[in-house]
Amino acid sequence: SFLSTLTQTMKGSHPHHYSPALFLYSSWWGGVQMGPPDPILGVTEAFKRDTNPKKMNLGVGAYRDDQGKPFVLSCVRKAEALIAAKQLDKEYLPIGGLGEFTKACAQLALGADNEVLKSGRSITVQTISGTGSLRIGANFLSRFHGGPRDVYLPKPSWGNHTPIFRDAGMQLKAYRYYDPSTCGFDFKGALDDISKIPEQSVILLHACAHNPTGVDPKPEQWKEIADLVKKRNLLVFFDMAYQGFASGDIDRDAWSVRYFIEQGHNIVLSQSFAKNMGLYGERVGGFTVVCNDADEAKRVESQLKILIRPIYSNPPMNGARIATTILNTPDLRSLWLEEVHGMANRIIKMREQLVAGLKKEGSTHNWQHVIDQIGMFCFTGLKPEQVERLTKEFSVYMTKDGRISMAGVSSGNVGYLAHGIHAVTK
Amino acid sequence: MSIFSDVPQAPPVAVFKLTADFREDSHPQKVNLGVGAYRTDDSQPWVLPVVKKVERLIVEDDSLNHEYLPILGLPEFRSASSKVALGDDSPAIKENRVGGVQALGGTGALRIGAEFLRRWYNGTNNTATPVYVSAPTWENHNAVFADAGFKDIRPYHYWDAAKRGLDLAGLLDDLEKAPEHSIFVLHACAHNPTGTDPTQEEWKKIAEIMKRRKLFVFFDSAYQGFASGSLEKDAWAIRFFVSEGFELFVAQSFSKNFGLYNERVGNLTVVAQDNENLTRILSQMEKIVRTTWSNPPSQGARIVSKTLNCPELFAEWKGNVKTMADRVLLMRDQLKSKLQALGTPGTWDHITQQIGMFSFTGLNPKQVEYMIKEKHVYLMASGRINMCGLTTKNIDYVAQSIHEAVTKVQ
Repeated sequence: SFLSTLTQTMKGSHPHHYSPALFLYSSWWGGVQMGPPDPILGVTEAFKRDTNPKKMNLGVGAYRDDQGKPFVLSCVRKAEALIAAKQLDKEYLPIGGLGEFTKACAQLALGADNEVLKSGRSITVQTISGTGSLRIGANFLSRFHGGPRDVYLPKPSWGNHTPIFRDAGMQLKAYRYYDPSTCGFDFKGALDDISKIPEQSVILLHACAHNPTGVDPKPEQWKEIADLVKKRNLLVFFDMAYQGFASGDIDRDAWSVRYFIEQGHNIVLSQSFAKNMGLYGERVGGFTVVCNDADEAKRVESQLKILIRPIYSNPPMNGARIATTILNTPDLRSLWLEEVHGMANRIIKMREQLVAGLKKEGSTHNWQHVIDQIGMFCFTGLKPEQVERLTKEFSVYMTKDGRISMAGVSSGNVGYLAHGIHAVTK
Repeated sequence: MSIFSDVPQAPPVAVFKLTADFREDSHPQKVNLGVGAYRTDDSQPWVLPVVKKVERLIVEDDSLNHEYLPILGLPEFRSASSKVALGDDSPAIKENRVGGVQALGGTGALRIGAEFLRRWYNGTNNTATPVYVSAPTWENHNAVFADAGFKDIRPYHYWDAAKRGLDLAGLLDDLEKAPEHSIFVLHACAHNPTGTDPTQEEWKKIAEIMKRRKLFVFFDSAYQGFASGSLEKDAWAIRFFVSEGFELFVAQSFSKNFGLYNERVGNLTVVAQDNENLTRILSQMEKIVRTTWSNPPSQGARIVSKTLNCPELFAEWKGNVKTMADRVLLMRDQLKSKLQALGTPGTWDHITQQIGMFSFTGLNPKQVEYMIKEKHVYLMASGRINMCGLTTKNIDYVAQSIHEAVTKVQ
């Protein structure tokens, strides 16, 4: 019939709309596949749908207080009040961000008296939190790094690292990192793999509080890694999303970054203030490139701006202003350090209570790794089937790899968690 | 030997360099007619009164925290933004086939849209699809689409320097000749940098050809409300195209009409054929956002959302927007009158015919150089001026300077 011929013709040639009345057309987007839900953020979606009053969200890494509530730091509230009183305008920031922020951001990571900062041989740009920083860094490497396109990630790494580097045009490889038999660091495996990485490749290191395992190298191990990385002539990309959050001490948590620089590595570094200042939704971060000299830093800066401008033009003010105010106002800075210490301590306490709870339940497994691991996350060692049971039977939500966010554990629910974990592992 | 020793120095972004040069200039009568940000009659930035009010509400609200927004942004912001562009009674919205992606300013919305098109439009990963931008256009359009992976970015005729108006014939010809499925970046209103918009009749002609030739409509809407003072009037072209059944994108910016420049508030409005398509599109948008910035900043979106979703605040905002638009219209009027009174050679009707923040004066590069070097009046090499840089205090000096540039420099 005429109508079916018309339909066939139209379907075949992907016609555009002729009028709303003529509904026999196909969309531009017929070929767009349904994207899979984000593995990490998808956990929260599922959690929200669950009606079990005892449900626990141990998925996404956002800190919770002991009542399970989001925690807005006092230093943040105070900084916000100070800023509000100033009645500032809303003019565009420079492409590279708020100058006072990038300076304070770099000083926080490297230490205010770092030779790199004094000589002006580094550049720090404000970024859209850690993700934005990693992406800018990846784009920069993709465009300017003359070495191999391969970025070596620890196995495992944060789930979003891979697509970020891939979308920037880099390729992903891995080096051994986590040892499932000990739930600890596979030091020998790491050194072995790193020794084989082709020269000038990029190696990504988690500065502290490794995500997702919580397993960090010890200082002596970092020293050996630094040495080997230098021998292999690798470009070091540090991801530091938890400075202060891991041990409670900002200098201790930045030790690996500072050590590598001291040893002569010209690193690139991503920083996030999402967790350590609780500024998640404000998107505060920094990207730093340590160069040979100030001239090179200037050239690198100019190219970073060229990359940034066609993505979002210039970064958001609000969070950077808060972070700067905190870092540069002595009372607020002290208060911040206390609060970060407090958050880290609560997590350490929860680790201890979880292990105690498991013992009390009668678990005969070795749970020492829960205490040895550091930062927001704990790689429990649970297998996917056990994770599934924990979710289905106990409404405890976590990622399939057995990672739990300790921040979601409180004194009120740690017993329930211990009970659930014991039930699925006995 | 550094791995970065071969990194060349990149040229500075022209418009920001202009402001930097302006700042360093110590001349008492200097005027900045460069970067596109609103200024009061005292040459000051203006935080909208409604914005100040809403920010106080936000600071005082202890129930608010700084948690992550969803990947696609604050839901109330996204829906209210799309509504502002398409209209309260938009059939497309009623049919549930409109979605928003909160983005970092208009730039961010353009970039996410461009990335999506490169991945999913006209095949998959078709970097060869031609992208047409107006000649001239906002200087960042090119880089946004190029960095999103498109290899073939072309100009379409737009500005007619001789008649100082729209080159409609050239534009329509380019539409006729463009390969099918080409992407066209259209300025919804207040064309940047020329200030020259098609009339409604001209838009109808453009739409007819685009529909017939299956060209993709990507609106850049950075000045809704700011151009004429009326949200509806400034969105007419968008709403017309939607009513004609197009599936399209609109990159919205709230930088200018809310004065929220540095909070980076934007929205990519997606109009799809139906909800099923929309759902798949948004799922892929999430993937793009997740590797670019994970989730967008909350402050600016909260301010806009609260304002748009509360009738009293919405009315107050419209008033603030009209204040800005009216001041610009006044400056246009006065500049034209003064140039005419001075007897400056040429016709100056284009100053009041053009609309929005910018005016393409018609000054040539030599004349622009004169303006900057001799008169300390800063404007873009293209002859573009930001009307907001004009005030009742400096307009005589600027008019006089233009007069001199035109009469002394050929």
